[in-house]
Amino acid sequence: MKNRNVIIGLAIFVVLITIPFWYGAGKESKAPELSLDTPAIQALDEKKCIEDTEFMRSNHMELLNDWKVQVVREGNRIYVAEDGKEYLMSLQNTCLECHSNKEEFCDACHDYSGVEPNCWTCHVEPEEVK
Amino acid sequence: MDISRRKFLKVGGASILALGALPLRNVLAGTPGSYKPDSKAKKAKNWAMVIDVNKLEDDLEACIAACHKIHNVPDIGNPKEEIKWAWIDTYEHLFLDNKHDYLDEEMKNKKFLALCNHCENAACVRVCPTKATFKNAEGIVMMDFHRCIGCRYCIAACPYGARSFNFRDPRPYIEEINPEFPTRMKGVVEKCNFCAERLAVGLQPACVEASKNGGIIFGDLDDPNSEVRKALAAHHTIQRKTNLGTQPKVFYIV
Repeated sequence: MKNRNVIIGLAIFVVLITIPFWYGAGKESKAPELSLDTPAIQALDEKKCIEDTEFMRSNHMELLNDWKVQVVREGNRIYVAEDGKEYLMSLQNTCLECHSNKEEFCDACHDYSGVEPNCWTCHVEPEEVK
Repeated sequence: MDISRRKFLKVGGASILALGALPLRNVLAGTPGSYKPDSKAKKAKNWAMVIDVNKLEDDLEACIAACHKIHNVPDIGNPKEEIKWAWIDTYEHLFLDNKHDYLDEEMKNKKFLALCNHCENAACVRVCPTKATFKNAEGIVMMDFHRCIGCRYCIAACPYGARSFNFRDPRPYIEEINPEFPTRMKGVVEKCNFCAERLAVGLQPACVEASKNGGIIFGDLDDPNSEVRKALAAHHTIQRKTNLGTQPKVFYIV
């Protein structure tokens, strides 16, 4: 008798704790499609970010972190990319010049993956200026 | 299967190491590019400022307005929460050590520009627990706002009142946001940075540019031929609270 209650209790517990899986079963959560359709990107001859796409996709946060240290602490303002091209290291003025569609680019993926970067509490988003 | 315990552990260990090697390589590889300063950058070993009080008198407001506009300094409107990078003050407030009861009226009523002194021996740098405030290679006392945790030790340590704390989100109080420079957020300390971001692209500090009569001289204290050193050699200058040993780098010609 006592054992039966324990088993029922356990069963209820397991069902409750797996509710998110039951709830989401069969539904698919599509990966966001990032829009590269901005005037600055359309005007580029070769549609390539400062480093190759694969690297930028997985390492942009580390790149930005390195930029921050270089600009603020070391006084270096120019990034020489692997292909030799030079860029001003600035999230606001370099990254967002091309990716002026923050909502369809940055936010789309960050929202999907549940990441909340706090860049924008200080760095100015393009639309806020207008 | 004929495998000894010893051999199993060897192969297992090696496999784990091999699996860990790839992620480790990715972590250590870092950024593929390299870094360098802007070729237009103004360089100095030790930036300093000489303020010619008489020449600056008419440009005081313009200097402060230029600075605050460029750096997105908010105007909160409440003196208890005031944020300032540069401000106007009197002789008696700024030069406590030289103050006495019989100060002449002219000096008593004169307006002085006050700002961060970028001390050689800065108290704020010493007390900052996160190294958010630090001295850069060119002698500027800089702030890395990313690292500031808002403990306000630096505000307590600074004998010049040059630091302000953001008690609230400053954005609604900025009249027009300059998109070239970030704002700050709630819980962060801020102060004058000798326009490090402008020097880095070859521009003079904003206040120097706004002082049309040449009331502010800016240059390298370690270079005997610099404008700053020439001005210091040609005039008698005073400084704020020199007895504290902070060795401020803002000089006043009075």
